[in-house]
Amino acid sequence: MVSVLDRKLLRDLMRLKGQALTIALVVAVGVANYITLRSAWRALGDSKAAYYEEYRFADVFARLKRAPDSVAEQLGEVSGVASVYPRIVEEVLLPIGGILTPAQGQIVSLPSHGRPPMNDVYVKSGRFPEPGRGNEVLIYEPFAREHELRPGSTVPAILNGKLHELIVVGLALSPEYVFAIEPGGITSDDERFAPMWMSGTSVAAAFQMEGAFNDVVIRLEPGADESAVIIAIDRILEPYGGLGAYGRNLQVSNSILEGEIAQIEAEVVFLPGAFLAVAAFLLNVVFSRMVTMQRGQIAVIKAVGYESSTIAMHYVKMVCIIVLFGSAIGVALGAWLADAMLDLYAGFFRLPMTRGRLDLPVAINAVIASLLAAVAGIAFAIRSAVTLPPAEAMRPPSPARYRASPIEQVPGLRRLHQTTMMVFREIWRRPLRTLLSSAGIAFALAIIILGRFGKDAHGPILDLQFGRQQREDISVIFKNEVEDRSLGYLAHLPGVDQVDGYRMTPVRFRLGPRWRDSVLIGLPPDSHLRRLFTRQFQPARIPHSGVLLTDVLANILGAEPGDMIDVELKEGDRGTRQLRVSGTIDEAFGIQGYMQKSSLHELLREKPTINTALLRVNPGREAELHAYLTDIPTVQSIHRKRTILEKFEGQTRKTMQVITLILTLFATAIAVAVVYNNARVSLSVRSRDLATLRVLGFTRAEISAILLGEQAIQVCLGIPVGMALGTWGVKALVELQADPEQFRLPMLISSQTYAFSVVVVLAAAVLSALLVRRRLDTLDLIGVLKTRE
Amino acid sequence: MPKPSPSSERSSILTAEGVSKVYQMGDVEVHALRGVDVPLYEGELMVLLGPSGSGKSTLLNILGALDVPTAGRVLYRGDDIAGHGERELTRFRRDHVGFVFQFYNLVPSLTARENIALVTEIAENPLDPREALELVGLTERMDHFPAQLSGGEQQRVAIARAVAKQPEILLCDEPTGALDFKTGIRVLEVIDEVNRTLGTTTAVITHHAPIASMADRVVSLSDGRVASDQRNDAKVSPAELTW
Repeated sequence: MVSVLDRKLLRDLMRLKGQALTIALVVAVGVANYITLRSAWRALGDSKAAYYEEYRFADVFARLKRAPDSVAEQLGEVSGVASVYPRIVEEVLLPIGGILTPAQGQIVSLPSHGRPPMNDVYVKSGRFPEPGRGNEVLIYEPFAREHELRPGSTVPAILNGKLHELIVVGLALSPEYVFAIEPGGITSDDERFAPMWMSGTSVAAAFQMEGAFNDVVIRLEPGADESAVIIAIDRILEPYGGLGAYGRNLQVSNSILEGEIAQIEAEVVFLPGAFLAVAAFLLNVVFSRMVTMQRGQIAVIKAVGYESSTIAMHYVKMVCIIVLFGSAIGVALGAWLADAMLDLYAGFFRLPMTRGRLDLPVAINAVIASLLAAVAGIAFAIRSAVTLPPAEAMRPPSPARYRASPIEQVPGLRRLHQTTMMVFREIWRRPLRTLLSSAGIAFALAIIILGRFGKDAHGPILDLQFGRQQREDISVIFKNEVEDRSLGYLAHLPGVDQVDGYRMTPVRFRLGPRWRDSVLIGLPPDSHLRRLFTRQFQPARIPHSGVLLTDVLANILGAEPGDMIDVELKEGDRGTRQLRVSGTIDEAFGIQGYMQKSSLHELLREKPTINTALLRVNPGREAELHAYLTDIPTVQSIHRKRTILEKFEGQTRKTMQVITLILTLFATAIAVAVVYNNARVSLSVRSRDLATLRVLGFTRAEISAILLGEQAIQVCLGIPVGMALGTWGVKALVELQADPEQFRLPMLISSQTYAFSVVVVLAAAVLSALLVRRRLDTLDLIGVLKTRE
Repeated sequence: MPKPSPSSERSSILTAEGVSKVYQMGDVEVHALRGVDVPLYEGELMVLLGPSGSGKSTLLNILGALDVPTAGRVLYRGDDIAGHGERELTRFRRDHVGFVFQFYNLVPSLTARENIALVTEIAENPLDPREALELVGLTERMDHFPAQLSGGEQQRVAIARAVAKQPEILLCDEPTGALDFKTGIRVLEVIDEVNRTLGTTTAVITHHAPIASMADRVVSLSDGRVASDQRNDAKVSPAELTW
């Protein structure tokens, strides 16, 4: 049996359905947002933790030239080290059919007995290679999928200059390749990069590494001091060509994964909270009006003996129905979006994902948070309803008090139209409501800008990096440095129009106690195919003497132009040299130092060499050229710029489109809810004035202007604020980027993005305004004359 | 039934001719007016008398182009406005009719003067708002908001607003209905003065019979029909009214 009050509740809700629905949608978006982000955050975080645990992901990593196995025992004696696993890791070319440039393989040795003690391999299908069967490999599953490889397939690979046919015995993943990115690459490319695992004895035989290792991974004891261990390890590996040990934070795959998780964590607090705040505000607006309208009813209900608490519960129930309805949509939408988001992540992060259909505690939290926000939103309205003495409530509320608005004092505006003045005074009477409405609009606009920012910034930075900075078509990286005259040989290969080359060497930069392992690049002064630009698109020059540092690197070191820094070489005599910092450069990618190529040779005390060649080629003869390049035994990898660019653009475009669409829908929900509810409440408050004006001879258009003028001003105030908020948000995003050492987006928002966000918000506002405008046509002109307000 | 007195010596400005109005209230048809003929003569002050439910407000609304008749014609200077569309009706109200309501219907966010300016801004040949306020004796209160004015003052502002555009016709629906006796008399004096000094054709609705004494002509409605239509030769000033 439904009580009479509940029946009133349902009928009131039916009457409010437009408003209730738009607010429910904002709640739905907030709840969906929270569930999506929180579920993705948990799924990624939990999966990562479980995967690292089960497959024994290492704590410290180091590469070196070559050390005898006995050195591993020395490493094991370092205080804080729990266990040490020496390995052989080698870069190989995979001249596989169907792609122009050979793919890049990274072979990791497997122990002769049992599973790897660290960085274990997750075999998804097939089996481990059997010791003694030299050519058997496990191959990275996403790469296998791209090339339709399965257990039993063969893969051509150039191991140490010799072509081998490797037999795939299993498809695998590993915690160290959750985000697989080839050395020097800018993004994951399943088609072109393949970690592979092969029996240690076979790898050692192929690369003449018997009894030695060139890579080591280490597990620390609980509570161990990681930096102390790293220093100790570096000292031990120093004579063996150690390239500098590093912890998980600098392990590429892990740092990208953790960066993404941290970013979601930041969003999970801010985004859903903002949606709930908007919903709470709108409920406040709508319920305050409803309570005012129902003063008489409340008085009667009280007069016949209902308790104040019953009346309070009546309104609480009403708001709960709205919120629960919105939450139900939100939970369904959130479950679906979370799934979609994890699918999207599954394309980037390769790890066994533990994901349920719906994270129930997360959903319950979201619903409870929405209910609390909503009840907080209507608290004032309810309070005024229950504290009203019945006798007073029977009387109509005292007439609204207005004041002249300050804008009328502005000289020149003194002679405003009366109708314009009505708009300003209405706003001035409730400045907080105007401000909060504008804030809602601003927030809607800002999230569109945030959603599209990535798209804006990627395009120009890719143009810069791959158009103006890297002017080659193909870059060839050699295993070791080769003499400059090899460029002459390359120039004569078929299809090569222009060649250039540079020398790159791994170093440790150090200033006082601070240091960072990176590379020093020596560019020839007249380099046609490689030029430098800042993130602000300004060309930069390498000074005649000294070193030019990426500003992120300079910050890490605390170095300023004019400072002398130490450069510890990791090849040749491995000596330490002093260099003057001649300047810093704000680049988009990586952290490195630049100097004149001749100066770098002096520093290394070597004759002119290169280890990277840059080629400009005739597109018609590219296939022919690749055949030649693949045959050069000293080539470690070949990169075709167009392929990298297309891959990167393809990945970002898809992600951006989805994000833009979702955030645009979210923003629309907010803009519609804000404008529609405000306009409806405003109409309810002012229908008497407006009807009077109609009687006095004002046209529909004229009274619409009065009613919607207020909304228009709120929207107009919200737009510039939203643009500023969006811009500020983008700035914050640029600064809080997942991995600033890898890649830094420029602070760039296109005018199209600003225009798009404004158009979306305006369109939503106009649409909502038109919905309310229709009601003005049915205004009761006669009724208003007969009733007292 | 008393015969309507001949008024052919004066021309009618607005005439209801055979006007009927039927409202559909759910399943019930309510006949608010049943073939009413009422002319409004230029310059006169007419009082429309009748108990509640007699149809007098419906007639006033139809004369003021707020409503359209179910049958019959409404002639404004010979032109039938009953068949006009929404836009023309708005135009008609805007150009020719001033309204005074029982509950004043001032815009609360505008001061007295601004409430008047609201109308003068869209009128062809308006009075200055200050002049209009002078007419109702409220110049000293012109910068007050409605919430700062008494009921009588608000009604006088409403009258000033109605006459400020110098309408040909002033329609007042129970203008004293919400006021006490003394204030009501003051308001009627203002209406009378407007009628005399500006020559505005005025119709006042009331259910209060004594008010009829101030009219040039008194039309009584009963059950949607004209019960009587009489010239009042013993017209008195509002100050002499008693009830």
